[in-house]
Amino acid sequence: MAWFRRTQKGIQTATEDKKDVPKGLWYKSPTGKIVDAEQLEKNFYVSPEDGYHVRIGSNEYFQILFDDNQYTELDKNLTSKDPLNFEDTKKYTDRLASAQEKTGLKDAVRTAVGKSKGKDLVIACMDFKFIGGSMGAVVGEKISRAADYALEHKIPLMVISKSGGARMMEAAYSLMQLAKTSAKLAQLADAKIPYISLCTDPTTGGTTASFAMLGDINIAEPGALIGFAGPRVVKDTTGKDLPEDFQTAEFLKEHGFLDFITKRSELKNKVNQYIDLILNQPLRA
Amino acid sequence: MEYLDFELPIKELEEQYQKACAIGQESEVDVSATCRQIEKRLNETKKEIYKNLTAWQRVQLSRHPNRPYTLDYIHAICGNSWLELHGDRNVKDDKAMIGGLGKIGDQSFMFVGQQKGYNTKTRQYRNFGMANPEGYRKALRLMKSAEKFGIPVVTFVDTPGAYPGLEAEERGQGEAIARNILEMTRLKVPIIVVIIGEGASGGALGIGVGDKVLMLENTWYSVISPESCSSILWRSWEYKEKAAEALKLTAKDMKRQKLIDEIVKEPLGGAHSNREMTFDTVKNAITEAYEEFKNLSPEELISNRMDKYSNMGVFKG
Repeated sequence: MAWFRRTQKGIQTATEDKKDVPKGLWYKSPTGKIVDAEQLEKNFYVSPEDGYHVRIGSNEYFQILFDDNQYTELDKNLTSKDPLNFEDTKKYTDRLASAQEKTGLKDAVRTAVGKSKGKDLVIACMDFKFIGGSMGAVVGEKISRAADYALEHKIPLMVISKSGGARMMEAAYSLMQLAKTSAKLAQLADAKIPYISLCTDPTTGGTTASFAMLGDINIAEPGALIGFAGPRVVKDTTGKDLPEDFQTAEFLKEHGFLDFITKRSELKNKVNQYIDLILNQPLRA
Repeated sequence: MEYLDFELPIKELEEQYQKACAIGQESEVDVSATCRQIEKRLNETKKEIYKNLTAWQRVQLSRHPNRPYTLDYIHAICGNSWLELHGDRNVKDDKAMIGGLGKIGDQSFMFVGQQKGYNTKTRQYRNFGMANPEGYRKALRLMKSAEKFGIPVVTFVDTPGAYPGLEAEERGQGEAIARNILEMTRLKVPIIVVIIGEGASGGALGIGVGDKVLMLENTWYSVISPESCSSILWRSWEYKEKAAEALKLTAKDMKRQKLIDEIVKEPLGGAHSNREMTFDTVKNAITEAYEEFKNLSPEELISNRMDKYSNMGVFKG
C-alpha cells in the first residue's frame, strides 16, 4: 500500500513559486559536506565537518590576522595599464574593467599595515577572484612597496599567495615582476627583517618562482595546491601518472619546501609565535 | 622499564621492593622496615654498579631504549614556546634530523638534533637517528637562519652515524657534512653542543662543532662505533668491549683528551632513570654555557672557536 495518496492530479508549480533556499546560506565542501554559511565564517572559513579550507580573499585574511579588523591599506589606487594593447577573446582593458566591477577590487593584491596581536605587521594578500590572482605590474609594484614600507618602518612582512601565475596580458612585464619582488626581498633579508610567506590554495606558476618560496619561513594551509607547473601540464609533458598528493601542501612539506602547515584557526598564533621567537621578543599570549 | 645485562641486580631488587609494597597494601603486615631495607640496598647496588662502569657499559647505556631523545629534551626545556621547522628547501624533510625555535626563559634558541624513535614504527620513521644529506642541509639552513637574526644555536647529538645509503651518497653525504662543519666553525652566533646519546663520527660532528661541547656522563663520542671498529681491526664483532676500551670514547676520556669541554652529570642509574632531573640539568647547562658567550662579539666568538679546534691533535717533532 502506498504511504501517500495523490488526491489531486496534475499539480504544477511555477519555478518562481518553488520554495528554494536563497543563495549564500549554505556552503558545500568538495567532499559533499553541507555547512551553514554563518557557521563557516565563525570557523575561519574552514568547514567544521571535514576541515576543508575554503578559498577566501584579502578581506577575510585581513579580518583573521589584524586585531579587530583594523588596518590601513597601502597604495589603494594602483591600477593596471595596458602597455601592450593586449587582446585575446576580449580586450585586456575590458577584462580589467569587468574584473574590477565584479570584485570591487583594483587588482589581484591588497597590501595593508596593522596590528596583529598588538604588534605591527605588513601583509600583502592576493585575491584569486581578480583574474585568477594573476601577477602583473600592479601586483609586483604593490608587493615591492609593501616590502619598502616594512623596510622603512622595520616591521615584519607577510605575503599571502593565492595565484594562478603571471598575467599573460602583461607578457614580459609580468615575468619581470618575479625579479622585481625578489630583489626587494633580498633588501629585506639584508636588513634582517623577518619575511613570512603563506602559500594558500592555489599558489602556482610565477609566484612559486619568486616571493612564495623565499620566506624566512614558508608555510601553507592544509591541502593547498602549490607548484610551479600545473599538474595537467606536468602530466601531459611527462606522460606519467602523478602521485595522489602531488603538489599538495603536504607533498611540499615532505619534499622540504615548507617549514610547517597550519590550520587557519592557528594561523595568527603561529605567525606571531615565529616572529617573537626569531626576533627574540617575549612571547605574546 | 628495560634493563641491561649489568643492571640485572637492580632489576631484582626493584622487583623485590614492589612485591614488598604490594604485600603491605594487600595485608595488615607492616612492611615499611623491609621496604626501607630493600631501598637502601637498591641504592647501594646502584651506586656500586654505576661507579665502575666500563666503556662498553656506557655505550650500552647511551643506547638504552628508555633514554630520552632530542625532542624529549626540547619539549621539557621549551614547553609551549617550541615551534618545529621543517625541510632543507631542496629535496626532503629528513625525519632523522629535527629543528626549530624555542625559548629558555626569555631567550630564543635555534635547536637542531638527531631524533630516534621509541618503538619499531617510529624508529623506522626516524631512520634510527641516521640522517641523510638533506638532514644536514636542513640543520645548516636553520643555523644560518638563526645566524641572520642573532639567535644562539643548541644542537643535540644522538646518532649511530650518518645514513650509509645509496641515495645518501648520490646526494652527497660527505659534502653535506663537510659544509656543515665548515660553516659551523664560522657561524656568528654561539653554538652549544650537547651529546645526549651516541656521537658516531662525522654524522655527529656534522652538527657537533661548537663553542661549548657538553657530553652527558653515559654517552660516547668517537670516530667509529666500537662494533664497527672491532669488525675492521679485529675482523670480528666479538671484540666490541675491547674496542670500546681502546677508543677512549667515554665522556671522561674525551674530556681528558680535551676534545670536549664539559661533562654533564646524569642521575644515579642513568639519564632514563630520572628523566625530569636529566632535563633540568641539561637546561641549566645550556643556560650557563650561553651566559658565558652572550656578551662576546661574533669576531671573538669565532676566533676562540677556531683556536679551540686548531689546538686539537697530538704529535711529535
